[in-house]
Amino acid sequence: MGDQILTTVDWARAQFALTAMYHWIFVPLTLGLSFLVAFFESIYVKTGNDEWRKLTKFWMTLFGINFAIGAATGIILEFQFGTNWSNYSWMVGDIFGAPLAIEGIFAFFLEASFFAVMFFGWHKVSKRFHLFSTWMVAVGSNLSAVWILVANGWMQFPTGMSFNPDKARFEMQNFWDIALSPVAVQKFTHTTSSAFLLASLFVVGISGLFLLQKRHQKMAQRSMVVAAVLGLVASVFVAFNGDESAFHIAQRQPMKLAAMEGLYYGQEKAPVVALGIINSSKKPGDNLPAFHQELKIPGLLSLMANRKVDSFVPGINDLVYGNAERNIVGAQQRMVSGKIAVAELTNYKGAKEKGDAAAAASALERFNQHKEDLGYGYLDSPAQAAPPVAITFYAFRVMVGLGTLFPLIFLLVLYSAYRGTLEGQRWLNRACFACLFLGYVAQQAGWVVAEVGRQPWAIQGLLPVGVASTKLAASNVQATFFMFLALFTALLLAEIRIMMKQIKIGPEA
Amino acid sequence: MTVLPKRLYLFYRQGFRSMVVGRSLWKIIAIKLFIIFAVLKLFFFQNYLENNFNSERERAGHVLENLTGPSPH
Repeated sequence: MGDQILTTVDWARAQFALTAMYHWIFVPLTLGLSFLVAFFESIYVKTGNDEWRKLTKFWMTLFGINFAIGAATGIILEFQFGTNWSNYSWMVGDIFGAPLAIEGIFAFFLEASFFAVMFFGWHKVSKRFHLFSTWMVAVGSNLSAVWILVANGWMQFPTGMSFNPDKARFEMQNFWDIALSPVAVQKFTHTTSSAFLLASLFVVGISGLFLLQKRHQKMAQRSMVVAAVLGLVASVFVAFNGDESAFHIAQRQPMKLAAMEGLYYGQEKAPVVALGIINSSKKPGDNLPAFHQELKIPGLLSLMANRKVDSFVPGINDLVYGNAERNIVGAQQRMVSGKIAVAELTNYKGAKEKGDAAAAASALERFNQHKEDLGYGYLDSPAQAAPPVAITFYAFRVMVGLGTLFPLIFLLVLYSAYRGTLEGQRWLNRACFACLFLGYVAQQAGWVVAEVGRQPWAIQGLLPVGVASTKLAASNVQATFFMFLALFTALLLAEIRIMMKQIKIGPEA
Repeated sequence: MTVLPKRLYLFYRQGFRSMVVGRSLWKIIAIKLFIIFAVLKLFFFQNYLENNFNSERERAGHVLENLTGPSPH
């Protein structure tokens, strides 16, 4: 029975990951391309040049295709909460209800109402109102992202709430603590700026394809220059708030940071591993080397984590087993406290059922002393507190490596445009087209770092994934996993097909 | 008083009628929404707590039972 439940959890995880990853193919392009289209249209309105209008309508069509195919794919995630993650869904209902309701009511209607003007309103409304509508779609799309990222930010750093043991749920105490949590704010800025980066790669990539095919060359060059400028600015923001990310993760999710770097043994002047081959046999507490090969930059991790190059950064072993010298309470100790929390919650439940108010009050008092470690009470071994290291490590490198490549591409595009040689640089245009796909790889890698790196937690420190899930038969979840795989693949293929048709037609349609 | 709603209606009607790529997209949207709400939601993604318990108290009790029972790990 235990094995079956574990298998169900793994399938539920896989299903959520599959849905989220497919959803994340469509969403960042919507977020970023909406702003690029708004910029293109602003240039048209400013200059009055009809070529910019055709250019805007072309990219707007591709934006519309992506939006239409991607719309509602996120709703399936919500369905999964109710079916596969019922304990989690119940426990966070009071926290998630407000942000997701705001998303639905405010952002969606703002977006949907101006959407019609954006597509139907050419030559029917004034240029200024049409431009305003395009900007409102961009703003609305990105406002939608705020609230879902507030919800995810809360999972990574639960704040502004208290646990109600009678209702078995977390109750919001301070909306602004949740909405303006530094993790939520940082997540929003990093996610949206990376979306602008992806959209820029998309425009630069397809424009590069046009140049290679010697089609719509003027339009392609114009598009590339604007997109490369936005992409370069977005790259700077991504790097800056990526660095902020590392700082926040170091303070609030040190285990995730340790996994991102494959850092088992905490140290001062902790290095960043620029490149490395993780020893996948290595487990917390054993004597195996962490890497087969590694290329390190000394002190950089300490600088990123604590803003001091010689500061101590805890490793996985410190966080699992504790480090008295460094005042680090490890998962091993927190499990003791957590098990007391679970036991006192049980006692509280039993006392309430018997109507023994005194015993209930006593149990509740002891529960409150240990409730911060509640989640650790559900772990069987301290090593379970560590996430999958290899996946987190490699995904981080993929994201950062590609994130370093993209601004170089944008700089080369702008330099070539300045020199007037963009049309003839076939190698650069091929690279631009390739980076279109690499942008999506970087996007997925980023979320893998964020979500695999927080394992085993559904809510950091308070609720492990295994306890969050519904006790269903694995076969139920398996069946829907493959249904989603088929549905989303069909949607993605449909999008690619329709987009390729429009790209083939080009802006002259 | 009825001029603005009528204009809005005509705006949307003309817009939908003049769609080219949009027609294919709306077909895909319609099929997608049907699959999501009429198939997946109805047959495969029923809300576990809503379907198996009749009140908030019962649902809370079930979750509390899961939180205080043996660890699933």
